[in-house]
Amino acid sequence: MSVLEARAVTKRFGGLTAVKDVDLVVNEGEILGLIGPNGAGKTTFFNCLTGMETPTAGDVTYKGAPLPKRPDLITKAGVARTFQNIRLFNNMTALENVIVGRHTRTKAGVFAAVGRGPRYHREERESEQTARDLLTFVGLGRVGDELAKSLPYGDQRRLEIARALATDPGLLLLDEPTAGMNPNETAAAIDLVKGVQARGIAVVLIEHDMRFVFGLCDRVAVLVQGQKLLEGSPSEVQSDDRVIAAYLGKPTEAETAGDKQ
Amino acid sequence: MTSQTIPEARVRSAPDLGVLLTGAGALLLVGSALLPWAGYAGFPGKMTLSGYPGGARLYVLLLALPALALLRPLPGRAAALRAAANVELAVVALTVYFVAYAGGGFVNVGGGVYPAMIGAILYLVGSRRLPTSEAVAEGVALPDASWRFPVESLVVAGTAGLALWLFVIGLGMPSSSIASGSDLTLGPLSINDVANSGQFLAYVITIAGVALVAGRLGLLKSLTIMTGRHPKLFVAAGFIAAAAFPFTQNGSGESLSIAARIGVFAAAAVGLNIVVGLAGLLDLGYIAFFGVGAYFGALVSGSVTSVTGVHLPFALTIVLGGLVSGIFGLLLGAPTLRLRGDYLAIVTLGFGEIFRITVNNLDGSAGPSLTNGPNGVSNIPDLALGSFNFGANHTLFGIDLSFQSNYYWLELLLLAFVMTSFLRLSESRIGRAWVAIREDELAAAATGINTTRLKLLAFALGATLAGAAGTVNAHVVKVAAPDSFTFIESATLLAAIILGGMGTVPGALLGATVLYLLPEKLRFLHDLRLLVFGIALVLIMRFRPEGLVASKRRAREFHDHETDPAAEAVA
Ligand SMILES: Nc1ncnc2c1ncn2[C@@H]1O[C@H](COP(=O)(O)OP(=O)(O)OP(=O)(O)O)[C@@H](O)[C@H]1O
Ligand SMILES: [Mg+2]
Repeated sequence: MSVLEARAVTKRFGGLTAVKDVDLVVNEGEILGLIGPNGAGKTTFFNCLTGMETPTAGDVTYKGAPLPKRPDLITKAGVARTFQNIRLFNNMTALENVIVGRHTRTKAGVFAAVGRGPRYHREERESEQTARDLLTFVGLGRVGDELAKSLPYGDQRRLEIARALATDPGLLLLDEPTAGMNPNETAAAIDLVKGVQARGIAVVLIEHDMRFVFGLCDRVAVLVQGQKLLEGSPSEVQSDDRVIAAYLGKPTEAETAGDKQ
Repeated sequence: MTSQTIPEARVRSAPDLGVLLTGAGALLLVGSALLPWAGYAGFPGKMTLSGYPGGARLYVLLLALPALALLRPLPGRAAALRAAANVELAVVALTVYFVAYAGGGFVNVGGGVYPAMIGAILYLVGSRRLPTSEAVAEGVALPDASWRFPVESLVVAGTAGLALWLFVIGLGMPSSSIASGSDLTLGPLSINDVANSGQFLAYVITIAGVALVAGRLGLLKSLTIMTGRHPKLFVAAGFIAAAAFPFTQNGSGESLSIAARIGVFAAAAVGLNIVVGLAGLLDLGYIAFFGVGAYFGALVSGSVTSVTGVHLPFALTIVLGGLVSGIFGLLLGAPTLRLRGDYLAIVTLGFGEIFRITVNNLDGSAGPSLTNGPNGVSNIPDLALGSFNFGANHTLFGIDLSFQSNYYWLELLLLAFVMTSFLRLSESRIGRAWVAIREDELAAAATGINTTRLKLLAFALGATLAGAAGTVNAHVVKVAAPDSFTFIESATLLAAIILGGMGTVPGALLGATVLYLLPEKLRFLHDLRLLVFGIALVLIMRFRPEGLVASKRRAREFHDHETDPAAEAVA
């Protein structure tokens, strides 16, 4: 069963085609790695999936239904993400950041907030409990009351994951989750992603740390100059000459076929 | 070993020069407060009397008292005395200036002025030389277990009461003959007008100074912790004290009427705080929504000058006024909120002006007859709830109450409602979403927040509260006219929440009070008023960018470098 199906997704910025005809299927419960050199269009592809950019062409379905256009509706549908350059609510506490993630799954409106009946209180308690559990899950159980911006870099990345998980996603998109992490933190991140998978959530992650990718992912897709070069098991991708060439910069078929920049 | 045997007196025998100077300055100031400051009669505070610290001399005395800390090295002492000396100098200089100005020249000042000036300078110089290597003030130790609750409640309730008492004194201080509105042109002022303004300024500066000194001694920190532990008690005490205010007025209504206006102004400021402080949307035409409510209230008040001739019950008026205003908010916000923030500021600025010009012209000659043009809808009749007439004086518990107390209580109810809404919203799912949008709109959208809808909600809700406040205001001032809804009013409201502290209720209240009272009491400055006002705002923004009463969040936002040891330990 597939969770997400992207068909012929294309994104052009003026003359530059950042993403070109990319097909990608994410299966239920799998961890899919998305790799490629800098500027290959990986983040742009994520942006197209999450409504941050409108794709020039192509369509995306999530669990069989076409994905909505607006970011908040996409999140509500079940696709959550993190950002390459961390985007937390800096002046909110870690706990508040995660509670905000419950927004789509809770209901209280203006009247409930001002009136504060029993249902409101129950919902607030539940949100807080869920958020605390998630903080513990990502290993930030003790820093809930810290401001997001005062957390160290690695913790901020984990907090972003907790916030994304709070939206109850079926698919989590992680954009370079280990960037800026030290080896210890990276090792912890492997366990974290596996833990996410164990919750029945499919994961697509963009990474430059190859050991991380090949050690963790069930499948790997390679994006070069906006196009999908190949897709397969870690061992297949690892041993493919074209991948090595793409990273080392030797011209290949795909590259010459790609758009001139 | 030997150092222990040295008698204490010998250690203390070489007092620091700073301590000497500060002490001498303080003594001179205390002495001066008991001497006459004016050589002529007519200045408030019986300034010609000696042996009696009346008028501004009381403030001079009060600000010299922190020098008692010289007797024992308290933590934070030097900083506290420096603050006291700064403010003392300002108060002395200001009072001397006003005494001389109102008396027609420096020759007419009294004998107390000279020791006061010398004392203030010694105080300032001395406080700068005090040894500063003392521990940071941690405030008073909080009482333990069994004593904690009664003591803390007393302190918390007392603080609320004290704040209101100070407010009431300031309100009751005679000011220059106030006409109405915010006209800048005034006729010649009497000695009394000038003197009263000076007296009021000295009062405000002294309160600020005492607060500053308390802060340096760490007392405010203790107080904040205590009020934080009993927030409900604090609010309840504040409201009970506020509700009791009319009983202290001996049937007079002057202060009550000003207080009612401040209350409505504050309610509008709290409403604007939702839009600006929580959601981070810059609304430069907020007063127009207030105006929509005011005109709506006026038009359905049954006033003879209202073209509609409709007279709705007030409970309905206030709800409908809010709704109508909220609809205007929706109409204005829906197309603009999709755009970036700056556009909203421009559009709201334009809307404010369009509103004013439109109501100015709907007089039957340039457009349909609705608002009586520049004259506005006036002669708004007094409210009546059943057989209770708001326009009549009443007697309660044997105490005479002027009719203004009815409006005052109405305003207090409105304020209570607006404050409750704000506080509850800000700590709810909706409020968190607003703050998230303010922090990072894209991330908020990716977290599942419908940013357009929530911004629109904040905008419309702010408009609704302003509209409701507007209907009340129309009945308090008995008129709705275009010149009450100018850009400067919007700017003042905005200044009130920035000055008081964005996103907090006490901040909005304090800001609204200060910004409403200052222009009223500073009329002697004529056109310079706005300049002084502007300079004061710039100074506050320079030295306290998070506002007078900062929310925890904003305080940390602006004072990052002064790292919180707790945060550091975890980091
Ligand atoms: N908003 C935009 N406007 C114009 N060009 C853009 C925009 N966003 C991305 N690009 C371009 O699209 C290309 C792909 O960028 P993208 O950020 O998707 O790469 P990436 O694979 O995520 O790279 P990295 O590994 O460095 O993060 C780059 O050439 C980039 O300059
Ligand atoms: Mg990228």
